[in-house]
Amino acid sequence: MNLRRDVFQAIADPTRRAILLLLATQTMTAGAIAANFDTARPTVSKHLQILTECELLGQQQNGREVYYHINAKNMKQVADFIEPFRQMWDDRFNKLESIMKNYKSDK
Amino acid sequence: MELKTKVAAEDGRQDLLITREFDLPVGLLFKAYTEAGIVEQWMGTKVLKLENKKHGGYQFETTDPKGNKHGFNGAIHDFVPNQKITRTFEMENAPFGVQLEFLEFERLTDGTSKLTIHVVYRSAALRDQMLQLPFKQGINMAHNRLQEIVNKLK
Repeated sequence: MNLRRDVFQAIADPTRRAILLLLATQTMTAGAIAANFDTARPTVSKHLQILTECELLGQQQNGREVYYHINAKNMKQVADFIEPFRQMWDDRFNKLESIMKNYKSDK
Repeated sequence: MELKTKVAAEDGRQDLLITREFDLPVGLLFKAYTEAGIVEQWMGTKVLKLENKKHGGYQFETTDPKGNKHGFNGAIHDFVPNQKITRTFEMENAPFGVQLEFLEFERLTDGTSKLTIHVVYRSAALRDQMLQLPFKQGINMAHNRLQEIVNKLK
């Protein structure tokens, strides 16, 4: 399994993003998750499998039921892909700010 | 500590929002966007053309460490001094097409101001490609971290 690529591929799919949103505030069984989608149950299972494989979701056995939860640590890595973009703008704006502060004192 | 520059890019959307507060009067912040000599300094680019007016245009050119030149240009759709610039932005010789940018300059106090940039891309997929484009290094860093975690699990 190519874990390094899969995290980013996982969130490229709208159904998988919807599953992550559903699980943002609660843990749910596969059946309860599938009830939110028109797609066939095996399709939803496949999405859950992919999300679990790239460690965005975790499973916990509770009696006879398996509950899915979000793996918050790995979700943070997804958010990290906009961080370099943010950093670039932050650097530029810091430069802008210091240039204009000098500009002001030159006058 | 709160981040000074924020980027909000929701999943599956074709736009994003960049916000930043400056320790500068709004007039100076605006000037940093309209005087070619100043733009060159903080954007790290050469300004070939900058027409600060409605229906004006701009053209920038950067030179990468290998000496290759990269062009950027756009049309200025609306221009209101110290308040807003609405413009397009396009990378020349790149497959990404044009994006629409709404820049809003806001006075907070006499000495502070806020800039909000709303960028709209043609599609959500294009936005995500653009976000990842010049930042391969950052993505690699994230991947390396991920790899480290995986290695520890082995």
